Amino acid sequence: MTTTLLEAPARSAAAPARAPIEHLAIICSKGTLDMAYPGLILANAARMSGIDATLFFTFWGLDIVTKKTVDRLHVPTVGNPSMHIPTLVGGLPGMESLATTMMQKQMEKLDIPPVQEMLEILSDSGARLYACRMAMDMFGRKKEDLVPQVEEVISAMDFFEKAAGAQVLFI
Amino acid sequence: MLREYGGRQVTVNDEGFMTDANQWTPAIADAIAGEAGLTLTPEHWKVIAFCREDAAREGQPPGLRRISKLSGVGTKELYALFPKGPGKLAARVAGLPKPHGCV
Repeated sequence: MTTTLLEAPARSAAAPARAPIEHLAIICSKGTLDMAYPGLILANAARMSGIDATLFFTFWGLDIVTKKTVDRLHVPTVGNPSMHIPTLVGGLPGMESLATTMMQKQMEKLDIPPVQEMLEILSDSGARLYACRMAMDMFGRKKEDLVPQVEEVISAMDFFEKAAGAQVLFI
Repeated sequence: MLREYGGRQVTVNDEGFMTDANQWTPAIADAIAGEAGLTLTPEHWKVIAFCREDAAREGQPPGLRRISKLSGVGTKELYALFPKGPGKLAARVAGLPKPHGCV
């Protein structure tokens, strides 16, 4: 029996180069620590590479940019399949704060700043931060409840205008 | 591969980062910056000097957060100095490898 291997098409000079990403728009919809960091770190990596970054905080993602909660985001130990511990154990008192402290320490070791500082870095880097009007109304929050790095409270339709030309990522 | 910068042949990888930091000279930095459309100012040189010193000490190029915390040049300013992505460009101009970190 013979097997024919299909040759991968060689990238010739004539082949059009893949267009680089120029704008990344991230919808942050979760407010746990383990779901907050990916969006923030990706946006920061984009800015560091010269890619525009727009962040839209909606639903529980609002907690990431709310003054009262920004320093109190938790790693959930119940209903989090990535924890690899039985749900019953995850529900024991103190487990959630233990997991949160562990993650914070690990982040610190990797020189990744706390969420508040991450937001400051992002804003300084020129990333644009927006909060979702509907989620704000739903949770009864006002613009002054949010960290100053959030530029504006906008609707989802406004967000799509701000995200023009972007690759949109939902977290 | 070999590239000529500032009248000298230097080895770079396919992303344009120099592979031997010892080959670096300030004239090479000027040439690499020019290629990226930048004219180096004293503020750029402050960042470049910090990156080289830090990399020599730590064995790896500093990330942006480290530069902004320790060099005295803040995040906003770094983006103004290296508008097309300070994460990579500062290291490239300083003749260092591409940083691994995301912050």
